[in-house]
Amino acid sequence: MQSYVQIENAGMTFNTKKGKFTALTDINLHIDQGEFVALIGHSGCGKSTLLNLVAGLLDATDGVLLLANREIRGPGPERGVVFQNHSLLPWLTAFENVHLAVEKVFGGKESRAQLKARTSKVLDLVGLSHAAHRLPGEISGGMKQRVGIARALAMEPKVLLMDEPFGALDALTRAHLQDELMKIVAATQSTVIMVTHDVDEAVLLSDRIVMMTNGPAATIGEILDIGLPRPRDRLQLANDPKYHALRSRVLEFLYSRQMRPKEAA
Amino acid sequence: MNAVTLNETLPSSLAVTETEKPAAAAEPPRAARPTPLFETEGGKRFLENLGNAAKATLPPALGLVLFAMLWALIANSGGGIPGPAETWTAAVELFSDPFYDNGPNDKGIGWNVLNSLARVGIGFGLAAAIGIPLGFLIGRFAFLNRMLSPIISILRPVSPLAWLPIGLLVMKQAEPASIWVIFISSIWPMVLNTAAGVQRIPQDYLNVARVLNLSEFKVFTRILFPAVLPHVLTGVRLAIGVAWLVIVAAEMLTGGVGIGFWVWDEWNNLNVAHIIIAIFIVGIVGLLLEQMLMLIAKRFSYE
Repeated sequence: MQSYVQIENAGMTFNTKKGKFTALTDINLHIDQGEFVALIGHSGCGKSTLLNLVAGLLDATDGVLLLANREIRGPGPERGVVFQNHSLLPWLTAFENVHLAVEKVFGGKESRAQLKARTSKVLDLVGLSHAAHRLPGEISGGMKQRVGIARALAMEPKVLLMDEPFGALDALTRAHLQDELMKIVAATQSTVIMVTHDVDEAVLLSDRIVMMTNGPAATIGEILDIGLPRPRDRLQLANDPKYHALRSRVLEFLYSRQMRPKEAA
Repeated sequence: MNAVTLNETLPSSLAVTETEKPAAAAEPPRAARPTPLFETEGGKRFLENLGNAAKATLPPALGLVLFAMLWALIANSGGGIPGPAETWTAAVELFSDPFYDNGPNDKGIGWNVLNSLARVGIGFGLAAAIGIPLGFLIGRFAFLNRMLSPIISILRPVSPLAWLPIGLLVMKQAEPASIWVIFISSIWPMVLNTAAGVQRIPQDYLNVARVLNLSEFKVFTRILFPAVLPHVLTGVRLAIGVAWLVIVAAEMLTGGVGIGFWVWDEWNNLNVAHIIIAIFIVGIVGLLLEQMLMLIAKRFSYE
């Protein structure tokens, strides 16, 4: 069977003021439909770059990326992106931010009432119906991030791309949103690629963890199959030896084999 | 204000004394005395508000009083400058009939101010109509930016009045020439601030536009315009400040009806009190224009 997302020999070289900088090289990754994949690695390892390649915000300088057998050329609404810092438009309410996406994707086919119903439904899905008509400046960081997720989900994307979506949140809010995300993904059967630097988050959420080597010229170091049964419960997993073994595998990769490069000044 | 506080605090003060009664009964019998007004909740709040109000108003008031004293001191030491009291009397007389009209060279102060404001409005409006779109284009297209930046760099620092002879030469009349001076001096802050605003739109917002694949129209109305608006308003605020500065000088040279020419006229009449009044009028109108735009800017600030 053909993979849903195919990344073949992808590489990315930036032209900087100091000359060429190779961020990624020889990336080969196949992702199945409905799979949840986490990209993990030290900062500067190019995991966000890889996500941006799939998003189409960057064009790979080498290799090819396919989504459902079609080459990825530029960004598009079939790949919903949840940005690291939520990137809501501060002059639009939560509802309007989501509606902007809904309108773009379904505006040609559906009536205004249907579009509004769609927007309300997805806000309800992330539990934000009560804050629909508030501006981003008036709601908390966790709520903003949920609006960002709602906006991406509203487009009913083939792939949901998340760039450290919970990185800026406190631990309690993060745990809460991780649980929400698991429910949403289970309900929508979404294919997800998520960049993270949180080992627990990666093990808890994903089907496979893609561990990246340090840059420059980073590539995939190891791919770990998680295989923990779903639905997963963070409390039960806390006492699950398999969970701890997986967690140790990732930690060992990150801190023993890929020691954080000493900070180049 | 006081009466309201009394009404609010009295019942609560009674309530406090009633609940405290059982405890007080154990102590030597004392007449239940209502808590002093300023020790009740409402009373304390009133005192606090009073204190905050005093903190807010005292320094500016003190500054104004010191200013008036310094002014009186200078006026008393001779030199023909009228003191605050004398100026106040003249101002009361002047403002008692601001809109009289005794022919083109003798109109009320109200007409003069309105005429100046109209000139500023036209010149500034034209500058905004051209400057803001130009700023958008310069910010959006690097080529245009590089093409126009040397010209702007040379023209921007030119003293506004240096443009007056050109205006007089081309338009042959004083009125459009002074509007031209307002136009040319107030266009630069709007061009430059708008352009800077467009260049500083966070990449995140543009990425959102790309991911959603928004149309150019939607990108402009939903992202570019609201993101740049605060910068545009900063430019507008600076521009209107410049325009109001320049109009006085321009009118002194061109004549006609206007606050600038009025100052010059009163100087020829040696009516120094009126000149001081005019200085205050110019200052206060400038302040009001600025505050008005600050209020508008506040409405459109989302950070």
